[in-house]
Amino acid sequence: MERVFDTERFAMTDIKRPVKLSCRNLWKVFGPNAEGVMREHKGDAPAEALARAKLIGAVRRASIDVHEGEIFIVMGLSGSGKSTLLRCLSRLIEPTYGEVRFDGRDLLKASEAELIEIRRHKMGMVFQHFALLPHLTVLENVGFPLSVQGVPKAQQTKRARAMVDLVGLKGREHHYPRELSGGQQQRVGIARSLAVEPEIWFLDEPFSALDPLIRREMQSELMRLQNVLKKTIVFITHDFDEAIRLADRIAIMKDGEIIQIGAPEELVLNPATDYVAEFTRDVNRAKVMSAASLMTRGKTSAKHAGTVTAKAKVEAFAADIVAAREPFAVTDAGGKLVGEIAPQAVIDLLAGRRSGKAAPT
Amino acid sequence: MTDVALDHRETGARALPGWRIAAIVIAAIAVAFAIAWIVPGGEDYPSAAIIPFAEWIGAIMQWIKVTFTWLTRGLADIINIPLQLALGFLAKGYKIGWGESTVTLPRFSWVGVCAVAGLIGYRFGGMRLALLSGLSFLAIALFRQWDSAMLTLALILVCVPICVATGLLIGIWGYLSPSVNRLVITPMLDLMQTIPTFAYLIPMLLLFGNSPVSALLATGLFATPPMVRATVLGLSKVPQDIKDFADMAGCTRRQKLWRVLVPSAKPSLMLGVNQVIMLALNMVIISSMIGAGGLGYDVLLALRALKVGQAMEAGLAIVILAIVLDRVSQAAALQKPEQEAAALPWHQRHFNLIAILALLIGTTLVALALPAFAKVPTEITLTTAPAWKAAVDWVTVNYFDIIEVMRTSFLIYVLNPLRAFFEGLPWLGVALLLGFAGYRLGALPLAIIVALLASFCAVTGLWVQTMATLYLCGAAAFIAALIGIPIGLWASRSKRVESIVTPVIDTLQTIPSFCFIIPVVMLFRVGDVTALIATVAFAIVPAIRYTNHGIRQVPHELIEAGIAAGCTKRQLFWRVQLPVALPEIMLGINQTILLSLSMIVICAMIGTRDLGQEVFKALSKADAGKGIVAGLAIAFIGIIADRLITAWVDRMKARRGLA
Repeated sequence: MERVFDTERFAMTDIKRPVKLSCRNLWKVFGPNAEGVMREHKGDAPAEALARAKLIGAVRRASIDVHEGEIFIVMGLSGSGKSTLLRCLSRLIEPTYGEVRFDGRDLLKASEAELIEIRRHKMGMVFQHFALLPHLTVLENVGFPLSVQGVPKAQQTKRARAMVDLVGLKGREHHYPRELSGGQQQRVGIARSLAVEPEIWFLDEPFSALDPLIRREMQSELMRLQNVLKKTIVFITHDFDEAIRLADRIAIMKDGEIIQIGAPEELVLNPATDYVAEFTRDVNRAKVMSAASLMTRGKTSAKHAGTVTAKAKVEAFAADIVAAREPFAVTDAGGKLVGEIAPQAVIDLLAGRRSGKAAPT
Repeated sequence: MTDVALDHRETGARALPGWRIAAIVIAAIAVAFAIAWIVPGGEDYPSAAIIPFAEWIGAIMQWIKVTFTWLTRGLADIINIPLQLALGFLAKGYKIGWGESTVTLPRFSWVGVCAVAGLIGYRFGGMRLALLSGLSFLAIALFRQWDSAMLTLALILVCVPICVATGLLIGIWGYLSPSVNRLVITPMLDLMQTIPTFAYLIPMLLLFGNSPVSALLATGLFATPPMVRATVLGLSKVPQDIKDFADMAGCTRRQKLWRVLVPSAKPSLMLGVNQVIMLALNMVIISSMIGAGGLGYDVLLALRALKVGQAMEAGLAIVILAIVLDRVSQAAALQKPEQEAAALPWHQRHFNLIAILALLIGTTLVALALPAFAKVPTEITLTTAPAWKAAVDWVTVNYFDIIEVMRTSFLIYVLNPLRAFFEGLPWLGVALLLGFAGYRLGALPLAIIVALLASFCAVTGLWVQTMATLYLCGAAAFIAALIGIPIGLWASRSKRVESIVTPVIDTLQTIPSFCFIIPVVMLFRVGDVTALIATVAFAIVPAIRYTNHGIRQVPHELIEAGIAAGCTKRQLFWRVQLPVALPEIMLGINQTILLSLSMIVICAMIGTRDLGQEVFKALSKADAGKGIVAGLAIAFIGIIADRLITAWVDRMKARRGLA
């Protein structure tokens, strides 16, 4: 039976969209004369060489491509270098070695003035601890990025009000940050980062400081916003559940290195290492896997009890297909028949058997 | 020396039994003494080898004075503008024009100033603070201290903004370039804050003469350091997220600094302002010796003439002023922005400002018609001076013998032998021992610094005076710790005691050092005993505060763990709470020592015979060289104590994983 798991078959919707932000062989090494050591090894220093020079490689040989309109999540435990990677991508800290391209332009060659211009118009960032200015009201905080650009006051206020409405904080424009709850504060942070209509949106563990219930609510809120705004997003988290819930693609980091990049279901089905497998073990597969990953391609039987799209998550149709005891047809976005899915594959998946790998006929 | 002994026991790394460590320490002392005797000049520094720093500095100061007259004149003229304005409006009336056409604008009416004090109190702290502030000003008026108090207030009002602006700029510089901060600013601040207040007066006196301007400059120099520290600290404490946000919002460096960092650091900056105000008040009082005038001058005059009542009255006025300034500026520091305020129209947002101006101008206009508003009418004032005098007289008449016996026997049996012992210590031995302690507690650099600073006191020919200072300061700090630590422990174990102790020490800390002398002098007259009592009263606060705080901040889990392990109350205290709180308590002792030192120096006014006296004599002769060298020697004592104790505390903390 044909069951090939190539990247293209997964939700990897539209990988052909242009690359917005990318990095190649990016390094951030802390310690004395880090640049010299990196140059000496021509951008490929083995771990022993770093240790010998008493250097700490916070980010090592990282290469990623973030496509337009995609939610790209960098997942890793604390100390894995994920925040450092994000800060290198936005050049909040200077990478030690490598290349960062934004819209095809070498970001590391930008002068300070150019960088300020890029940040003023094209980048937005949300911070783990909100980073609201305590002396400004909600409205002033949201308007702040416009204010430093010298946008006229009236226009600032208008835009800030629109953003405050967008995140559902209407009526709290004149509150100060300390008068808001954590969730509300982060809504302000989100509104503020969107005020300049950024092309790329960095979210650095935006919900980690929030209670679990509020966190879920904010995740839904983010999905809602993204459906409207369609930004290119780089999202940092240490919470794997959050990652699979939100991500188009996930990069998993460990000890400064990216060990796997892929769509959530690809990580679940084909973990590159035991470390990744450890993360994915307890994941509810029905929520992650799409019809495409369970279907048998091309071969179709005559009779179908129903039809699902290739991108539909198993969770959405599992009950129906099990009840029908008949295969479902799988169609692509255009409605064209691409394969079929057997009830047994869904049952195996729900039962926790390594479906996909060895599904019985 | 005890430091070293304790330290050995603390490390326990070599697992030596206590008696062997004691033997090593005693041997070290003996060796040091032996070196001092063997090496020629090791005991008493040979007078032929004294390096004439004093003459050199004197010559340099003279040269600066002659060469930069134009600069000092210009600076004085510039500073005089706001000073005269403030003095004019608050105290004397402001003159406009020259010669024939001079018009004198009247000063603000006392009624208006009291009302404004109340209003400002209300703005920052509600009705309670309004009453405290307004009634305090009223009291100053009714007890006939108005004119002097306004002079003092005017000086502070001019001085504080200058200090705050300077401190802010230097602090920002220090924050932006950490190496400058570490190598230049921090050592300068350490030195400036340990040099005794009197020593600031001398160069100012020399350069700017006996005038309010030199008083203002001395005050400014003395009061600025805490603002610098608060700025560096406040800016560094701004969360990294907020700093990153500023960059991501595309702030230029200037925008990041002024629109993000400084406003975010405002709470710590405001605490710095509070400290500046309190230090400025303290110093304005002391610099009445070089022409500041005001309440300090009244105290000084009264003390010189032994007019107990007057001194007490003016001293109380200072205390009242200090408490009001402290409470109001603290309330302002804690003030948080409220919602909706930003949405109000201009005149409503600035209602208070408009009200203040209206009150001042209105009452002053009334004063033109109604003399009672211009000057506090004598009919409603009263003086407490006779009452104070009567009280002191009564005590003297009835208890003179007891007090005198106590005083003399303490002097003869305790203080004098102690002084003789200290003054007999050989300089080389002490310098080497201090160096050894520095080596044990820190590393070689600390040892060298400590030994060099100690040697400085000897090679300038001030060894005996240094030891005299050390004796008084040490005795005062010891007694303060002896009384303060138990009080702190007591307060830490009972909420009720704490609620009584806290306001008392808060107030003690607010009172300018000068005022502590007044009541003690009344009862014990001049001399070492008086100096000791005043110093203990002044320096006890940190011993109490840090002990209380140290014990209270012991993590609750540790105490629970102790109880779970079956500790009795006594064991819990000695084996859990005290060891964990020890670093904090030691920091309190460090503060107590530094405060003792600063107070001992001021006590030169009442006839101690130590480095302070050297500075005081130099001040009266305007001898910059001698004054500065003696001042440096005092500062070095403070720095040695501070460095050794800090190094020790750091080690303790590191070992406990707290640092």
